[in-house]
Amino acid sequence: MFNSIVMVKQVPDTANISGKVMKDDGTVNRTKLPAIFNHEDRVALELALQVKEKYGGKVTAITMGPPRASDVLRECLYMGADETYLISDRKFAGADTLATSYVLSEAVKKIGNYDLIFAGRQAIDGDTAQVGPQTAEKLNIPQVTYVEEIIDISENKIRIKRKIDGGFEIVESVLPVLITVLKDVVEPRPFSAKRVMAFKNAKSLLDIEQIADENSLLDKDKLVYEYKEKNLLINTLTMDDLKLDINRCGISGSPTKVHKVESVVLKGGSQVKIEPTKAGLSNLIEQLMTDHIFG
Amino acid sequence: MNFKNEVWVFIEQRNGKPADVSLELLCKGYKLAKAMNGSLKSVVIGSNVKGIAEETFKYGADEALLIDHPSLKNFRTLPYSRILNDLIKSQVPRIVLFGATITGRDLAPRVASFTKSGLTADCTDLQISDVKYLGKDYHNLLLQIRPAFGGNIIATIITPDVPTQMATVREGVMELVPLEKPNEIKIKEIEYKPDPVDDLVKIIEQHREENKVNLKAAPIIVAGGYGLGTKENFKLVEELAHTIGGEVAGSRAAVDAGFVSPERQVGQTGVTVRPKLYIAVGISGAIQHRAGMQESNKIIAINTDPEAPIFEIAHYGIVGDAMEILPEFIEVYKHKLK
Repeated sequence: MFNSIVMVKQVPDTANISGKVMKDDGTVNRTKLPAIFNHEDRVALELALQVKEKYGGKVTAITMGPPRASDVLRECLYMGADETYLISDRKFAGADTLATSYVLSEAVKKIGNYDLIFAGRQAIDGDTAQVGPQTAEKLNIPQVTYVEEIIDISENKIRIKRKIDGGFEIVESVLPVLITVLKDVVEPRPFSAKRVMAFKNAKSLLDIEQIADENSLLDKDKLVYEYKEKNLLINTLTMDDLKLDINRCGISGSPTKVHKVESVVLKGGSQVKIEPTKAGLSNLIEQLMTDHIFG
Repeated sequence: MNFKNEVWVFIEQRNGKPADVSLELLCKGYKLAKAMNGSLKSVVIGSNVKGIAEETFKYGADEALLIDHPSLKNFRTLPYSRILNDLIKSQVPRIVLFGATITGRDLAPRVASFTKSGLTADCTDLQISDVKYLGKDYHNLLLQIRPAFGGNIIATIITPDVPTQMATVREGVMELVPLEKPNEIKIKEIEYKPDPVDDLVKIIEQHREENKVNLKAAPIIVAGGYGLGTKENFKLVEELAHTIGGEVAGSRAAVDAGFVSPERQVGQTGVTVRPKLYIAVGISGAIQHRAGMQESNKIIAINTDPEAPIFEIAHYGIVGDAMEILPEFIEVYKHKLK
């Protein structure tokens, strides 16, 4: 039996970003962007589910983000996660990777009872690949990054194949260990129709608070009780729940600051237009021969 | 705060050779150190790597910190990060640079987390500048410049309130310019004290193939993008490259779509190239891609969309269908250079 915690992230679909969604401080106004489940994190969840199927244990998915990040946790439930945690607080906003890893590591400590932590190698909104190793450092456990395959897990050891520059290596780590997973190593399973039916109404505490706020006839505590009874409560951890140091969260806990954001200015102007014809191409090739690039 | 203004470069090595990216970073580090009247140190960790430490003086190092021990032969996160953590905590360099290789991307965040340093990944430029930030004046900060958020913007990141500023940079981004006369060799050997923690992860076996693809050295590169549509169509890019004696490359989208292998990716998260001729076929020209090829001597862009940003940096632009243009190009070329 091995218990896994999978760190997932809801990311803006960076293919659809324009300058209009940037705030003045240079951070992205995420509310204006379509939000998706970071693909490599989905692969990480799949790997964790495979470990569970092979060895037994429990899979817990966690995410740090705004209230709507509970979307990705519902998707984790649809795929097979046993339990989910939304780690959310306004004071987490603007966190860089260091502040994010602080919050995540404290949440992992609070959840506890884990043998493996999984994460995607990197998220498409920043491509930094930093949160995994930084979380491992804060938990004071080993990390194995760029993982391609879990070969075997025995009592307190795990054998892993990972990518290295120019090849691969097989390493053996003690447990617990944090693993970051490459994108194409396993195909994430589709949602189970049964689980979608079972969990489509799962809600975080923040979702439930909002429902109660919008309808004065509903009592928040009673709603929470009902969701919990029906196994539809997405656990929620806030700054207070985790007893965090505010100076290490959000913008104040982030050493990296966006100093300047520039729209990309293109040089332009000096381009020679070549007609897509035999004559056009012929002239171009002659020009390149004259320049001693060809021939 | 007063700082010593030391710039450190982590020298990645394998099989007794330093990684190109580490030497490139020394060249950049040399300029950064100069800009703030500081000094440049190389940090060399490995087994029998004194020769590598000596080599760093050709690229501007004023001093090398050498940690040489048989058990450090191969990179492993725990001992390497422990060594760097101790050195950085005790000597507080102002800047530490890592190659954005798999090794660098594994090691740098772990070290940045321990030392609570700021870290910016995949920078495409680094500069030293005085900065006014939130009403406060900062002297000699490291500007960490990188495209961000889908590439519509270039962000300048700073880490004003921490002693040590860290960044990773991809291979080929910084130019390799050895000093005309190497600096005097000054190596400080630092003793490695093994710790049980170092062996929590053991390497069982390792397989490496020397990278046969060397895009950086290719005088001609033909790169294809997602616009080609299919892997089958991408073969025309390969055929053109073959005909004119060039290397094949691709944009990230083409790599993600499986048209071309990842080691041939040009751009911010791939390799940066400066060939004599770069032909971009079906590549729209997002900033991340341009960052990796815009310093090419001559750029030919072929795209169906006349508004594609790639045309803005191209020397020669051909608007049209690559499926028709490439075969024509190949035929005309063969005819001319028979």
